[in-house]
Amino acid sequence: MRMLNRLTISELVTRLASREVSSRAATQACLDQIERLDGRLHAFISLDADHALAQADAADRALALGATHARQPLLGVPIGIKDVIAVKGQPLNCASKILGRYVSPYNATVINKLQAAGAVVFGRLNMDEFAMGSSTENSAFGVTRNPWDLSRIPGGSSGGSGAAVVADECIAALGSDTGGSIRQPAALCGCVGLKPSYGRVSRYGLVAYASSLDQIGCFSKDVRDAAILLEILSGVDPADSTSVPQPVPHYAASLTGDVKGLRLGLAKEYMVGGLDAEIKAAIDAAVAQFEKLGARVTEVSLPHTDYAIATYYIIATAEASANLARFDGIRYGLRVEGADPIELYSKTRGAGFGPEVKRRIILGTYVLSSGYYDAYYLRAQKVRTLIRRDFLKAFEQVDAILTPTTPTAAFKIGEKADDPLQMYLSDIFTISANLAGICGISVPCGFTREPKLPLGLQLLGKPFGEETILRLAHAYEQSTPWHKEKPPLAALAG
Amino acid sequence: MEYEAVIGLETHVQLKTRSKMWCGCPNQFGAPPNTNVCPVCLGLPGVLPVANEEALRLTALTGMLLNCTIAPRAKFDRKNYFYPDMPKNYQVTQYDLPSTSGGYVDFEFQGRIARVRLTRAHLEEDVGKSFHFERSSGVDFNRAGVPLLEIVSEPDITSADMAYEYLNALKDILVYGGVSDCDMEKGMVRCDVNVSVRPKGSSQLGAKIEIKNMNSFSGVRRALEYEIPRQIEVLRAGGRLHQSTRRWDDLAGVTEEMRSKEHAHDYRYFPEPDLMPFEPSQAWLAEVASRVVELPLARKQRFMRDYQLPPADAQTFVWDVPLGNYFESVARHARNPKAVANWVINNLRAKLAETQTGLPDLKFPPTAILELIELVDSGKISTKIAQEVFAEMFASGDSPAAIVDRKGLAQVSDTAAIEAFCDQAIAANPGPVADYKAGKAAALNFLKGQVMKLSKGKANPALAGQILERKLKP
Repeated sequence: MRMLNRLTISELVTRLASREVSSRAATQACLDQIERLDGRLHAFISLDADHALAQADAADRALALGATHARQPLLGVPIGIKDVIAVKGQPLNCASKILGRYVSPYNATVINKLQAAGAVVFGRLNMDEFAMGSSTENSAFGVTRNPWDLSRIPGGSSGGSGAAVVADECIAALGSDTGGSIRQPAALCGCVGLKPSYGRVSRYGLVAYASSLDQIGCFSKDVRDAAILLEILSGVDPADSTSVPQPVPHYAASLTGDVKGLRLGLAKEYMVGGLDAEIKAAIDAAVAQFEKLGARVTEVSLPHTDYAIATYYIIATAEASANLARFDGIRYGLRVEGADPIELYSKTRGAGFGPEVKRRIILGTYVLSSGYYDAYYLRAQKVRTLIRRDFLKAFEQVDAILTPTTPTAAFKIGEKADDPLQMYLSDIFTISANLAGICGISVPCGFTREPKLPLGLQLLGKPFGEETILRLAHAYEQSTPWHKEKPPLAALAG
Repeated sequence: MEYEAVIGLETHVQLKTRSKMWCGCPNQFGAPPNTNVCPVCLGLPGVLPVANEEALRLTALTGMLLNCTIAPRAKFDRKNYFYPDMPKNYQVTQYDLPSTSGGYVDFEFQGRIARVRLTRAHLEEDVGKSFHFERSSGVDFNRAGVPLLEIVSEPDITSADMAYEYLNALKDILVYGGVSDCDMEKGMVRCDVNVSVRPKGSSQLGAKIEIKNMNSFSGVRRALEYEIPRQIEVLRAGGRLHQSTRRWDDLAGVTEEMRSKEHAHDYRYFPEPDLMPFEPSQAWLAEVASRVVELPLARKQRFMRDYQLPPADAQTFVWDVPLGNYFESVARHARNPKAVANWVINNLRAKLAETQTGLPDLKFPPTAILELIELVDSGKISTKIAQEVFAEMFASGDSPAAIVDRKGLAQVSDTAAIEAFCDQAIAANPGPVADYKAGKAAALNFLKGQVMKLSKGKANPALAGQILERKLKP
């Protein structure tokens, strides 16, 4: 039998339901894979194997007592968790030194939902510190490597989640996406990454980077798994005032394979120079494939695209400067003593935060400062409204917008580490979706030739239009071979 | 040169809600440190606030009581500064779109009605409380996240006494409206004082000096009694005042500078992204409006006007609302409301206190008081006997007339009977009789008292007086 850790959620569930395999065996297969690979991949910051196996055993007992996947769709399925989502009794570091040996005393709402659905929730997946970055190089716990090429980055900030799913260290994983932090690593690692619309999934228990942009989403081995996970994660949460009371559809039902007559938009502003030739070729081929499937492709315009990155780095850093103020050494986490509170703060934060986090806190503090607020923050909010309007207007003409997920394939570790602006440009295609609050999904769409690195295409949908992008992504995926390709993991082991 | 003070107050009041502003923790004073806390009010990583709707209602209610405009759209903002008692190192407050704006407080001051206009009343969260021990410090976060209303006045206050009376009037309104218990001992009201001085008649404002964190009204008055002359003295001596923040040292009775304007905080306000703007519906506002009560000053003025009560009586009915309401239910049908007030204040209130009972426990109907007054007015019983009838009526609930009949307390106006008592009194008291005859008019009162005594209080005193006078005429 295929190794259990390589299965998708739907494949594993079929075998668990028939009692052909146990959750313990599937969970153990993931733990074994981690044991084999993770010393070199470093997708996990930490792992509580006993906690994982205890949940697996509980799932097996429940199955033995007649529990069904109709009522608990993830019963016995191991799901990895990004280190920015709170799990009761588990460490919560956000890949930062500043949280010290902090253990969360409560569960994020998505964790409660996963556990209610029977999932085996495990592991602390690596990331850029406080989700700030596009390469996972900003982790205080060391970089995660791309399973396709260990000398390359896995993308970020949810690089650990992307690498772990592609390397079959878990069946699926949760991540968070503030400017592309799910879709970009999914593209660079070669799996499916879904960022739901703002307000679709509760943020309670997600350590905030930029509150108005953050959204929890998932990494999976195919689009069907993304649909299954989204249905469980979604829904209004009384603990999150920004979650939206929109009914939760049965997302998997939208995966009909039929996309005839659906209108796909290509944003002319996204197809300008600077795009990697291989990516352009892959996107052209994908467009042709969609047309073959019966979708109608037209050009749309998103005129304020050029302002997206600047707008993002004002709003996100402004919010971050307040969100990260609580890490001060007074109540939890790292503390470096000082003669008075100010010195204690200064020493603690100086020692606890990495350079990128400090850069963004300082930038955010600056744009909110007296005398600069109107020129930066207020103006950025206005531009944000214009960007959102661009999308809403485009969605009057098309059902979804197709773009490359990233401007390049995975780059080398260290290649852009000293050039923050180049690094920020990695998110050029993904960042607008967060500003606009719309949904987006990245699916594998080919590979570069030499070295062989995965590429992703992004489908953007209207607010709460996840069904449409899932349907399109699924039809494309099922008509192409890309998602079946696996990295050369055998060479990695040992 | 003569100087005048210009004073504005920022008053922080804890709202009377069951739970805190953003979480379900109890809003309760006096629990052991850090027991009324949860991940949300401790600001642990990943938590989000959810607005307490009752706090929003009490804020709107306050706005209605203080004549403010209620905003059709209000929002919350983050105010950024680091302090150990701040769980998130930002305070969620309302910056440019507060829940209420405008408004005023009217109150009695130096025999007139004074008015202090309000800038706004906005909703925010309280912070924790720091404790400093010998070698370390600690923070109690029980108070962190308690809903706090900040009521900002215009600089309409001109003296320490006026500030004191304004604060008392504000407190009365808030306690009256059920918005806050305003218990100073429990830190439910705290004040920042802005004060400047200028040459009398000048329209320009002097350098604004803020005295932070006052926790008693008398402290505010004392601080101003110190600070205003201090500022005037600086100017008189040819010095300059600069915008700054000062601290009141209650023991030493002085203010001292904490920081000057150059070191003022830049709070970097921006909209709180975790909370949606609040847009109250008409139905919601109507429900809040149904909780509006008559304000203390308006009630006092109405009682004085409608029932012709002296200020002291009216004030009694302002302080004790149920008693005032009871008075109204009787006085509405009375020819002489003042008499009703006397019975309610002097007798009923005393009896309730003595028996430790309340108005709902009363055995007699409100109309009984009217009957009792009627019995006195018509001369059926004396005022003295009426006291006895009231006591019996309070104890048994029987009607005054029934009590008078049963106990034979009706006043004796039968001349023959009173004459007999008078003869007895004259015979038994030759001394006073001689005094009266010698011209000491006061002796008659003594003899009258003897007649009342002999009649067990039932003789009509006026009649007794007439008969005695006649009998003793030379």
